[in-house]
Amino acid sequence: MTIAVVDYGMGNRRSVEKAFEHIGANVVVTSDPERLRAAAGLVVPGVGAFPRGMANLRELGLDELLCERLAQGTPVLGICLGMQLAFERSTEQGGTQGLGVIGGEVRRLEHGALKLPHIGWNEVSFTASSPLTEGLPERCAFYHVHSFAPVPTVREDILGTAVYCTPFASVVAHENFYGVQFHPEKSSAAGLRLLANFARICARAVAPVAS
Amino acid sequence: MHYKRVIPCLDVDGGRVVKGVEFLDIRDAGDPVELAAHYDREGADELVFLDITATHERRDTIVKLARDTADDVFVPFTIGGGIRSVADAQAVLDAGADKVSVNSAALARPELIDELAAVFGAQCVVLAIDAKAVPAQNGNATAQAPGYMGPADEDGDGESPPRTSGRWEAYAAGGRTATGRDAVAWAREATTRGAGEILLTSMDRDGTSDGYDLPLTSAVSAAVDVPVIASGGAGELQHLVEALQAGADAVLCASIFHYNRHTIAQAKAHLAEAGIPVRID
Repeated sequence: MTIAVVDYGMGNRRSVEKAFEHIGANVVVTSDPERLRAAAGLVVPGVGAFPRGMANLRELGLDELLCERLAQGTPVLGICLGMQLAFERSTEQGGTQGLGVIGGEVRRLEHGALKLPHIGWNEVSFTASSPLTEGLPERCAFYHVHSFAPVPTVREDILGTAVYCTPFASVVAHENFYGVQFHPEKSSAAGLRLLANFARICARAVAPVAS
Repeated sequence: MHYKRVIPCLDVDGGRVVKGVEFLDIRDAGDPVELAAHYDREGADELVFLDITATHERRDTIVKLARDTADDVFVPFTIGGGIRSVADAQAVLDAGADKVSVNSAALARPELIDELAAVFGAQCVVLAIDAKAVPAQNGNATAQAPGYMGPADEDGDGESPPRTSGRWEAYAAGGRTATGRDAVAWAREATTRGAGEILLTSMDRDGTSDGYDLPLTSAVSAAVDVPVIASGGAGELQHLVEALQAGADAVLCASIFHYNRHTIAQAKAHLAEAGIPVRID
């Protein structure tokens, strides 16, 4: 079973790759559609601005590929920008359409007197149980670096929230799409656990009848 | 809950840690990657590597350091030393570093900060400042930093420390060259240019174990709206509390951990007891 990290020119592919290697997963970093179609699960990483991220996906034809694989039931994990791109739209830099695989909008954090970007470890409270967060305590710290966060339309799509001035959705899931606003690849043992959980979700998806 | 950060700093020369000591769970204390992985396991929130190699092959050594660290360390890490251009930064970020820190190169050419922020985003750009107190001129010791209550007899020997002007100067070249730039004004300028964090080292306190320079930490924290990492002088755990209460978002520590005086877990427990929010797993 192979997990493919989608290479669309945004952010820290190498860190994500190394974290999956560390937990013993077979991982490739690629933009090759053939390899992305062959993978048991996909990870969309990303650091940067939403409009450019979306433009890069489109240019490589990866927007359609991601939607196609999601429709087939393939588990997909979006990290930070990679998660935001799955929403319907973002208000960043004037407004851009996203993939629309999960309902809602990505908006600038309401940060009050606090600084943006929100950088650092923040405690996430899990509000619903999911195979993605199995084995993690109900409240757990993860490393965040962002100025925008998703506002899902459906409350049930939120698995965990964190507070930075006001609460925001930090973990989301919709059918076989999973998204985290933080960086599990930089969140020490808790982050590695979450990635291992995602690898298990992928393994189950390709071998659903294995006992 | 947003946590304050505890950040061990590793000085690296020619690929080896300067001042490395043995810990039970590592084989080679001179190996920066082994030491970094040890600190990750112990609960470090981030790591900073400062490369002090003084050779032309420096870029290759920091890229290798970033690559090797990314294999084994799963907390964010910053690499400083030898970053003079967007291309230098690109090389270490591509290799797996999360941030770069710049110091002398930015003092020589402040536009470097704008260029780095434009390409990588402010969250990747740390401005390191080596600051030294400007001595008071005669009768001119009144212009203190906001909130600074005047020199205290901190070491309890009955003598007040030398009067200072309440101003600090930024130094280049590892603290060897005075620049004439006011450290607080430089911090402010750097953040408007796009620095996402200030790594603020007190040259007066560095290596003393007397505690961080709190007036300096307060003055810079109050002047900028990005996180300030206090550095230089940590000798006991209460010093970390003081710097974070003075306005720092993070504390950088070297010898307090390297010489095994305290573990990161002990530091976190002490901070938590003092009411400072920290990550404890």
